Amino acid sequence: MPAHTLTTGDSSQRFSIADWWSRNQRRVIPYIFLAPFLLSFLVFTVYPAGAAFFLSFQRVRGFISQEEGGGVVLEYKGLDNYERLLTKDKRFGTAIMNGAEFAIGTVLIQMPIALGMALLMNAPHVRFKVLARLAFFAPYITSAIVVGWIFTLIFQDRYGLLNGALAALGIEGVGWLTNKTFVMPALIILGLWTWCGYNSLFFLAGLQNVPDDLKEAARIDGANTIRVFWHITIPFLRPVFVFVVITGLIGSFSLFSQPYLLFDSGSGPGDAGLFPVMYLFFMGFENFRMGYASAIGYLLTAIILLITGLQLLLFRLWRV
Amino acid sequence: MLIKANRGTAMGPGRVNLMFMNSVVLFGVLLTAIPFIYMITASFRDQGELYSLPVTIMPREWHGHNYQKLFGDTNFVIWYGNTIFTAGVRTVLGVYFAALAGAAFAKYNFRFKRFFFFLVLATLTLPFQVLLVPLFLMMVDFGWVDTYWAVIVPGIVIAFNIFLMRQYIESVPDELMDAARIDGASEFGIFHRIIIPLVRPALGVVAILTFVNTWNDFLWPLIVLHDDTKYMLALGIATMEGPYDVEIGAIMAASFLSTLPILIVFVLMQRQIIAGLTQGAIRG
Repeated sequence: MPAHTLTTGDSSQRFSIADWWSRNQRRVIPYIFLAPFLLSFLVFTVYPAGAAFFLSFQRVRGFISQEEGGGVVLEYKGLDNYERLLTKDKRFGTAIMNGAEFAIGTVLIQMPIALGMALLMNAPHVRFKVLARLAFFAPYITSAIVVGWIFTLIFQDRYGLLNGALAALGIEGVGWLTNKTFVMPALIILGLWTWCGYNSLFFLAGLQNVPDDLKEAARIDGANTIRVFWHITIPFLRPVFVFVVITGLIGSFSLFSQPYLLFDSGSGPGDAGLFPVMYLFFMGFENFRMGYASAIGYLLTAIILLITGLQLLLFRLWRV
Repeated sequence: MLIKANRGTAMGPGRVNLMFMNSVVLFGVLLTAIPFIYMITASFRDQGELYSLPVTIMPREWHGHNYQKLFGDTNFVIWYGNTIFTAGVRTVLGVYFAALAGAAFAKYNFRFKRFFFFLVLATLTLPFQVLLVPLFLMMVDFGWVDTYWAVIVPGIVIAFNIFLMRQYIESVPDELMDAARIDGASEFGIFHRIIIPLVRPALGVVAILTFVNTWNDFLWPLIVLHDDTKYMLALGIATMEGPYDVEIGAIMAASFLSTLPILIVFVLMQRQIIAGLTQGAIRG
């Protein structure tokens, strides 16, 4: 540490702050570097998280008019909001079940396809690798609203591209967005299109990380391709599996923009396209039940953390 | 050699296998590309033709009037400007703040370092949606509803970016920083003249990801922006059908034009972006 001790008594008095700074800056600077994060964290995360916690035990009784300063009148209702959500509110249950259905559907279908695509893209002599990488990433960086609009056209009953393609194969089309039964399959198709290629890029990065000499050694020891894949490649991909499953689950429960657009700011026929964050939005910002919406937020967080924890535990067991 | 390889030996898959593998990859690319192609062609079609049988991907007749309508009847240009401005400011400040915090975690020792890093990880797992209601009430209190402040300031420091920057900055050699200290450089000087230039490629990746996220953001702008002239692109495009009763062709035109810059940047930098994103996941 450069300590400037060569100053005379007089000037050290004058420059004492500068002197102190030059001796101590390395000790103090990390806090200064962290200050923007900490400030933003306190104001825009800790405070609202606390406020949401208190709100979740309250209920909006009325609104104060603009002339009197505006604002909302709240009253404490204890655990009422949570009790209602967990025992009486069928729509919340529907939203959670839809989230789970979407999560299972996309993750289970997507994982084998994404892994297969990655294996192809990693195989020697296979062409179109750069093209595939470009194409598979593109849906991920496209706005969910744009994706929603495109699929509004694709899923149309009479003039939709999907039903048109089915008709060409001699299959009668269905009401993807209007028939309750087909809403979830339609959303899963949209989800696959958006995330399958993206996830295959993660598998590809994982595959490229598997040391070749390890596979070579196994082959020399007489292991066939399938055994090498099962006992060496798959264990090396473990972190990718964790990533794909957990981001897929969290994304499923937080789905908002695509269904919100596809169902015209609604929740689809018979709530078949209702997801937890959408329900939170409807309650908080359309019905102005702020307390209830906050309780939905906390329950949702609890469910997500629970599932994530469970997943991590399962994956830890797999390692053994 | 070539003939041998094509027969399917240790050199690689056989010709038939290889053809099959190539066509599967190409089929995947095609399935991914069709919705994009359909978006572009639909933007050049007449509404009447789009809603007619048989369903085709290519237009029978090319029209430009969807674009005329988009620029003439909507605030599309204003939304575009709003989005470039807010995404730009958010990216520059956000990445700078994330790099500062990343440097603190990677290169300094201080009290409560573990605790602070735990905070970063905690914000990573907390779903943002929990905060929607109180954050909105806060924006009302601040008088920030319908202003750029509401879109730029909350959550400007993204925990994931701090996490990435910390990983990158760890590779900066300590000796270089110590040498600069001996030469009398200040810690801020070291940050600006040594750390930042050395992690510039990583900084670019983080910046692009942040920019794209803000560019595509919908839920938060939907909550805090109600004035049509303050809208961001995604919000504007989502509301096009309602107040304007714009035809779907014009919506496709808006979708195409709003996606174009993102796709171009991505095509130019795809290798770095994908490497930057996937690195964290494969290490676990």
